[in-house]
Amino acid sequence: MSEILDAQTFAHLVELAALELDPQQAEYLRRELNAQLSAIHELEAIPLDDDLPITSHGVPYTLQISAAPRADAWQPYPQPQEIIAQAPHSREGYVVVPDIPHTTLE
Amino acid sequence: MQLCDLPAYELNLLLRQKQVSALEITQSCLQRIEQVDGRPGQLDAGEMTPADEKAVHAFITLTEKRAVAQAKTIDRKLAQGEDPGALAGIPFTVKDIFCVRGTPSTAASRILANFTAPYTATPVERMEAAGAVLLGKVNLDEFTYGSSNESSAFQPSPRNPWNPAHVPGGSSGGSAASVAAGEAPLSLGTDTAGSIRQPAAFCGVVGVKPTYGRVSRYGLIAFGSSLDCPGPLARNVVDAALMLHTIAGADPRDVTSANLAVPDYLAALEEGVRGLRIGLSPDYFKITFPDPASGSYDQQALPAEIESRVRYAAQLLAGLGAQIVEDVPMPNTRYGIPAYFVISRVEAASNLHRYDGVKYGYRTSQPVSDLRDLYRKTRNEGFGLQPKLRILMGMYVSAAQYSAQYYRRALRVRTLIRRDFEQAFDPKGKYRLHALLTPTTPTSAFRMGALYGDSVLMQYADQLTVPANHAGVPGVSLPFGIDQHGLPIGVQLLGADFSEAILLRAARAIEQASENEPWRKIKPLVLR
Repeated sequence: MSEILDAQTFAHLVELAALELDPQQAEYLRRELNAQLSAIHELEAIPLDDDLPITSHGVPYTLQISAAPRADAWQPYPQPQEIIAQAPHSREGYVVVPDIPHTTLE
Repeated sequence: MQLCDLPAYELNLLLRQKQVSALEITQSCLQRIEQVDGRPGQLDAGEMTPADEKAVHAFITLTEKRAVAQAKTIDRKLAQGEDPGALAGIPFTVKDIFCVRGTPSTAASRILANFTAPYTATPVERMEAAGAVLLGKVNLDEFTYGSSNESSAFQPSPRNPWNPAHVPGGSSGGSAASVAAGEAPLSLGTDTAGSIRQPAAFCGVVGVKPTYGRVSRYGLIAFGSSLDCPGPLARNVVDAALMLHTIAGADPRDVTSANLAVPDYLAALEEGVRGLRIGLSPDYFKITFPDPASGSYDQQALPAEIESRVRYAAQLLAGLGAQIVEDVPMPNTRYGIPAYFVISRVEAASNLHRYDGVKYGYRTSQPVSDLRDLYRKTRNEGFGLQPKLRILMGMYVSAAQYSAQYYRRALRVRTLIRRDFEQAFDPKGKYRLHALLTPTTPTSAFRMGALYGDSVLMQYADQLTVPANHAGVPGVSLPFGIDQHGLPIGVQLLGADFSEAILLRAARAIEQASENEPWRKIKPLVLR
């Protein structure tokens, strides 16, 4: 099977996806990605008129079936501490994270 | 026959006539779960035992105490003469991709294993408001990414009640298995490429993928936001109609939910099919799939016994006064899977960026150098292979330099798929169909392990269901026979936008006309 995705491009994708893979996972995933990319090659052979529009969702959103926009009103959540409590690490109502990568401007 | 094996509409009637209590119904289901379900899905489950290989394993979380309390509330309301709701006392299970306040809501992923939902999804809220009793959260493919449930991080994954050596289908496999095994009369699933209809067909139950926007997605952990549809799984068409009526309708918390009145699906159910135009398409009697070795495409006719069941269903409908329209062209059906490989992955990758180990869910316990390192380690440990594959694929095909070639092209192919349906259902067109009758799946349930790991072949299990998701149109799968291996065969009805009432009517007609056929007497293996 043709290899559309080389190891270097794959490594770049892994970086962009904020993943970190062991070699075994990387091998499986790159093989499956290449298989999927081969499968979607079929799309390239379909003749499409230049003016064929995209469909971003199947059912058209007409005015008649769309809901009116909600009022732009502040609705406080009744128990914010419950939400904060879901964070793996929090302190005094704040979510705690390690250092955020940054560069100091000259 | 035990209470848990009765249809929901009968249970509701018995309850209102005070012949049974909600508590008795719930206890009957809990007892069935105890008998057939085996150990629930869990992280780091260890070796599978011979006993594991015989059980259903539909559940991740059983909410037994909550269910008993809800049932007692219904009984109290009944005793006080209050109306307890249209689904009063009817137990149901929920695919663990819906948030339910106070329950673990895991998406069958390690990354959400410790997440307790702070709010309840609209369809679940509506079920409970109608008096239905939540039994628990059932297993699925991790984040719904699969057609067999084997990718769940919570093992043992569900097995097919008709033969536990086979998969229940997916991704709503726990839902379909729980309904087929009599653990609950109803289950709430989701369908993004066939994830309600395919497991319904594999497990011999009814599954409804409503029109996109018919049922609110609020509280559903998102996969493909332009494709996801919550919907019912049930053991018969009446129950499915009852449940759809309960969960459908506009929701101010989901802007994509349609602001359109919900018809009385039950009232229309017995109107029959006289005068309905039902189509058959040659494009749904063959499958196209890539040869793993060469990458070239093979076309194959469907197994004869599946095609013959569909043609027999058409005959029954014709006998009841429907007009059968043959040779309806649906030429873009074969592009459904390749287009789906692109569109769903882009949407999945976008939806999965939120899982980062910061706000909720899993966080790595390894030391990290900075925030980015935390993201990478958390996501590597928290996600299984299928989510990772979808993230990578989605990022690749939507990257600026490839987007025109892949993503935008796939969205234009989606237009062609939608046009197939528009032409078939156009009331002024050549075919003027009320419904298209097709097989639900190209095969019956495959064996555990037969496809798992091959992400391409696994996806092609959805070939006959995914076009409806691209087009947004509704579909119903109903059981219609048992194949030579003793596994259920499903037939599918597809219709125009918001035509669920017609599809359910036609499905009910097929169900009634085949009521006395010998295959309907056969029980799933785990119940024999």
